[in-house]
Amino acid sequence: MGAYLSRHAQVCISAIGKLVSTPVASIMTILVIAITLCLPAALHLMVRNGLELTGGWEVASDISIYLTPGASLESAEATRNLLAGRADIETIELINADAALAAFKTDSGFGEALDSLETNPLPHTLVVTPIRGLGAGGIDLLEQELSNMPDIDQVQRDTEWVETLQALLELFRRGVWITAALLGIGLLVVIGNTIRLDIQNRRDEIEIMQLIGASHGFIRRPFLYTGFWYGLGGGVVSLGLLAALQVAISGPIQRFGGLYGSAFQLRGPTLEEAGVIVGLGVFLGLIGSWIATARHMRAIDPT
Amino acid sequence: MIRFDNVTKRYPGGHEALANVTLTIDAGELTFITGHSGAGKSTFLRLIGLIERPTRGNVLIDKRSTRGIGRRQLPAYRRNVGMVFQDHKLLFDRSVYDNVALPLIIAGASHREIGKRVRAALDSVDLLSKEKQRPATLSSGEQQRVGIARAIVARPDIVIADEPTGNLDPELSDGIMHLFERFCDVGTTLVIASHDHALIERMGHRRIELSAGRVQSDSASMTTTGELFEV
Repeated sequence: MGAYLSRHAQVCISAIGKLVSTPVASIMTILVIAITLCLPAALHLMVRNGLELTGGWEVASDISIYLTPGASLESAEATRNLLAGRADIETIELINADAALAAFKTDSGFGEALDSLETNPLPHTLVVTPIRGLGAGGIDLLEQELSNMPDIDQVQRDTEWVETLQALLELFRRGVWITAALLGIGLLVVIGNTIRLDIQNRRDEIEIMQLIGASHGFIRRPFLYTGFWYGLGGGVVSLGLLAALQVAISGPIQRFGGLYGSAFQLRGPTLEEAGVIVGLGVFLGLIGSWIATARHMRAIDPT
Repeated sequence: MIRFDNVTKRYPGGHEALANVTLTIDAGELTFITGHSGAGKSTFLRLIGLIERPTRGNVLIDKRSTRGIGRRQLPAYRRNVGMVFQDHKLLFDRSVYDNVALPLIIAGASHREIGKRVRAALDSVDLLSKEKQRPATLSSGEQQRVGIARAIVARPDIVIADEPTGNLDPELSDGIMHLFERFCDVGTTLVIASHDHALIERMGHRRIELSAGRVQSDSASMTTTGELFEV
């Protein structure tokens, strides 16, 4: 048993030696694996960051309440005072219809056209900010209750575009899986092909091994370890690529966030995600070399 | 030990390398297979090493048919048959020591045992001083001896050798043959294909002569059929 394990360790290490002895070819293969792993991983991180960001927005999203047109300012104030007592509302702001029209006149540039209006078409508006941590369900409930109140014409959440974005992100998330699956198959082909070349280069050696009684497992082992190292190397390098990518885009992202007053920070892969990326590399490396050895070693069998 | 039971080997294309060969080689016997090139010597050895399978008939080892030895059992079978090849079949990317150690590594021997046995094998072919060299730096005769050391290092029950002294000078040839004799004494069965008639005569062991795939003469059976009819 000790001899078996030390033999494994030796094969494992000599597989690295073989990779190091052909550095350019090895680095190319590892880079191909790293880039292939990096693409779906980067997509996944973008989607995850997007979901985290918009998830935060939803909780803090405002609700606009348009009162029935023609309702008096007094009744609007009464409604505001009534709502201000609610536990699920953080702040409530009343926008006077006259003030809103005045602001619209100056801001929109339609001042003269608007002057010709006989009455103010705008209703009084209440802008409600729910308390933080209310959750989507709580906000739905609040919205429901508000729209059932008297004097209220329309309740509108300002989060519809966030929901649209989230639906889009969900679509992207599916896309990540599909991309990952396709690139994973591609990776199997890349690793399998590399190992196939390796097998062809060592054809004589394999034949000799078979002649002196080496089992398939014994002959296959170095190739499996080579696949393992390719996968591991590719996984680790792809983490490096992701880190570089993060550094490269975190500046613009922060500036973008700054424009919206958000202190949003791009988060790189968690320890768990890094483990999945490297583990996936190793897994694909092993499977790819397994398939290649199974397919091509039979062809060499001298019997 | 080794029994050929009406064995015929026909290669794709129709060439019949062996035809209806029936003979028995006892355990611990040293047997020479002679004959012109193309007489079927190599095929005879390859059938023992299960590098080829008979077209008809049966090869039995230890009274067991080799037909039952499938792909999965083949490696274990081969570990018990040491083979010396005409073209040496050494691995050129590793040292002489590592080449000879290979059968022991495959068998899962411990590190210490490998060291001991490899040095003993290299010593017996007089190559101990070259254990660290690569085979490519050795002469053809030296490479042949590395191949012999590899064939015997794991002490297989059967050793087959195709022209093992083909590239050696007479003095070394005698040395190698005496080495084979020593193995014979400890119970190893040796089958050696050779056309070095002078050497074979000197050794005085059993001699099977093949001609066009048939047994021309067999010194053990005394019925040297060919000669009887010729006389």
